Amino acid sequence: MTLLTLLLLVGLAVAAVRVRDLLAATAILGAYSLMMAVLWCQMNALDVAFTEAAVGAGISTVLMLSALLRVGAKEGRRGSHILRHPLMTMQELATTMRRNEARRSAWGSALVCLLVGAALLYGTIDMPRVGDAESPANTHTKVAEHYITKSHDEVGPANIVTSVLGDYRGYDTMGETCVIFTAALCVLLLLRQTGTARRRDED
Amino acid sequence: MRTEKSPVIRYVALRAVPFIQLYALYVLGHGEDGPGGGFQGGVIFASSFVLMALVYGYGTGRKGAPEKITDILAPAGCVLYAGIGLICLLMGGAFLEYGRLAGEGASEAAKHSAHHFGLIGIEAGVMITVTASMITLFFEMARDAHVDHGQDDDDGEDDDA
Repeated sequence: MTLLTLLLLVGLAVAAVRVRDLLAATAILGAYSLMMAVLWCQMNALDVAFTEAAVGAGISTVLMLSALLRVGAKEGRRGSHILRHPLMTMQELATTMRRNEARRSAWGSALVCLLVGAALLYGTIDMPRVGDAESPANTHTKVAEHYITKSHDEVGPANIVTSVLGDYRGYDTMGETCVIFTAALCVLLLLRQTGTARRRDED
Repeated sequence: MRTEKSPVIRYVALRAVPFIQLYALYVLGHGEDGPGGGFQGGVIFASSFVLMALVYGYGTGRKGAPEKITDILAPAGCVLYAGIGLICLLMGGAFLEYGRLAGEGASEAAKHSAHHFGLIGIEAGVMITVTASMITLFFEMARDAHVDHGQDDDDGEDDDA
């Protein structure tokens, strides 16, 4: 079953890269996220699966769709109102660059991909098996053991993931919340037209 | 968006929205006992507004979550989170040491329930920020691209400027 999910993942990833219609690519990426969620479920990581399904398959698909509304759904095609925002000029730049380099660097790219892929595969050889109780992460500092045995008395919630996120790693979660806020802030600063910019547009 | 949506979609979407929002709150409250929590709850809550915008148009979706409110809520969630930590600090504990919310020398049971409320509080903070941020992300990205049929007046003219 896990193998089937993994094969589907690879298939979807290849399809997402191959397909020229960005709308279809977005839909495929959504399906990819959903398969990822299934995979997390199989690994008993329900919280991660939940997040993947809600964020990866849900919101980020919609966000990519709304980005497509801005830049046009065909790869390499110009949007109807380009040059309005910095993002659009970047897209245009990318398009031009892609056109110029089209076939020339295909073999170089393939080589780089293969080398990086081989290096990553080599790296996985040293990794412990999934759920290995003897892995360094479990034997060295004993944090996992501490969380599993003590969190109910020390923190309370039945869900250990919540105890770790909200209490043991409370600082980290606060930082993450601020990161989300910062993301929204950046989008606001880049895209919202207020005051002078809007007036200039109307002239 | 493009054309008038089918009546089936319009009917179902409108009636699904309260259930989505209720489910989001359930996910938030249930995070201590099962999978879920502020982050997932916030994303699900925000998706209900996205659904409204997709089916009923940009303006209608934004009316449910106006700019003014999301702009305030996004930082407010962070402030709520950090504020709870700060209160723990002021009560004489460590930053985010929720047990201290019950006061110094409180009984174990009181500390336990204080802990519970502290956790719910920070999760709510996360949810508020995530909801407002996701709504902001979606509506700001879709802003210029949308073509509405008359419900939305304030930046319809930007599109052909």
